[in-house]
Amino acid sequence: MAVFGLYNYWMFVALLMIGIYTIMSRPNLIKKLIGMSIFQSAVFLLYISMDKVEGGTAPILKPGATDQIYSNPLPQVLILTAIVVGIATLALGLALVVRIRESYGTIEENEIRELERQ
Amino acid sequence: MVTLFGMFLLTLLLITAIGIVREKNLFAAVMLAGIFSLQMAAIFFILDAADVALTEAAVGAGIATVLLLSALALTSSREADTRRPTPVAITIAVVTSALIIYATFDIPHLGDPTAPVHTHVAPWYLSRTPDLIDIPNVVTAILASFRGYDTLGELFVILTAGIGVRFILDNGGGTGGRSGPGADTAPRRPRADSGGLRHHLVPRVVGRLLVPFIVLFGLYVQFHGDFGPGGGFQAGALITAGVVLFALVAGEAAALRAVPFRLLTLLTAGGALLYLSVGIAGLLLGGNFLDYSVLRPDPVAGQHLGIFLVELGVGLTVTGVLLTIFHTFAAREQPR
Repeated sequence: MAVFGLYNYWMFVALLMIGIYTIMSRPNLIKKLIGMSIFQSAVFLLYISMDKVEGGTAPILKPGATDQIYSNPLPQVLILTAIVVGIATLALGLALVVRIRESYGTIEENEIRELERQ
Repeated sequence: MVTLFGMFLLTLLLITAIGIVREKNLFAAVMLAGIFSLQMAAIFFILDAADVALTEAAVGAGIATVLLLSALALTSSREADTRRPTPVAITIAVVTSALIIYATFDIPHLGDPTAPVHTHVAPWYLSRTPDLIDIPNVVTAILASFRGYDTLGELFVILTAGIGVRFILDNGGGTGGRSGPGADTAPRRPRADSGGLRHHLVPRVVGRLLVPFIVLFGLYVQFHGDFGPGGGFQAGALITAGVVLFALVAGEAAALRAVPFRLLTLLTAGGALLYLSVGIAGLLLGGNFLDYSVLRPDPVAGQHLGIFLVELGVGLTVTGVLLTIFHTFAAREQPR
């Protein structure tokens, strides 16, 4: 069962690395932002994986049920707000990309650097 | 069985992520990112995080896709074909992942009830919520009351991001000249033919039918968040999704007539102000900042009132900011 118990964390590592690889290797700015979103989602997955309790259910209390196990509500609160903050920062990044495109005519990082050098 | 299904979904998620990275057509990559978010929401649901799953489905698969598509319309939907070798990026990714995977062998397994994260403050929240706050949804109780201060901070981050997007995109392409309190704050009039789906009969009819139900569901999620999964963040995203759908089928101008830009500005600022004033009301009534127990003679009733108002503030600001961002992107003219 060791493989089952750690599979979530390994997938978190894989997604995290896919995200950071995209940010580092792709010159396209929108692709970089999508990579950042994948990186962010990987962190969300890590937190939500930690909240699970074996045999538990969502932390919405059932009146009268005293022996019910509930999963941990705390990581859920953190990630719930982080998702909405994530979309707000993504929008800010996209707005910057749109302005860069209007100023330079391209959204490829190497071409922008080329234009800056001239 | 659920474990196996979860593993299947996680593998699917990995495949989708690899597809997003390899895809040169950015339009297809954005569509894959929407699917990625939907799979993520399903995984969150399996991991008992109903509130988070609802948020991810509404925000990640709905709003993020629309925003990315409107950014693509303003830039270009094709990634330049630069297949240059990136040994540094690959080395960093491989070494870091090897280190983290080595570290995972020491962490508690999925669902282990004795993990440190489950034995610290979480049991206190679960056991004290019934007598201190008396609402079934512990996530809402922590979000709005126990950790209300954190949520206030998050709300102001969202507000700041919304203001930032308007500052960056809403000044007429760098010509400036809009200053003074009497200046018109609405973005430029959208083009007459900006409604993407208006000329297709089936999306127009079905979309129009769906809009009221999406908004109604958003309101249900807003006001039922104490008892079931939901709250201001999810409701704001859902109502935004409804109005965005209306803008897509009926045109940008019709959506701005239904929900004027001035109203959005009021919602954005008013929600954050409502949250803040509930906190200050607690101070004035002799309690701590964001202590709702003093709002009413009965502390539990005070908590109910405080959580209701605070969640309403969150919902208003999230709706306002997300719709402002959408309209600001949509009003931007296509570059030549």
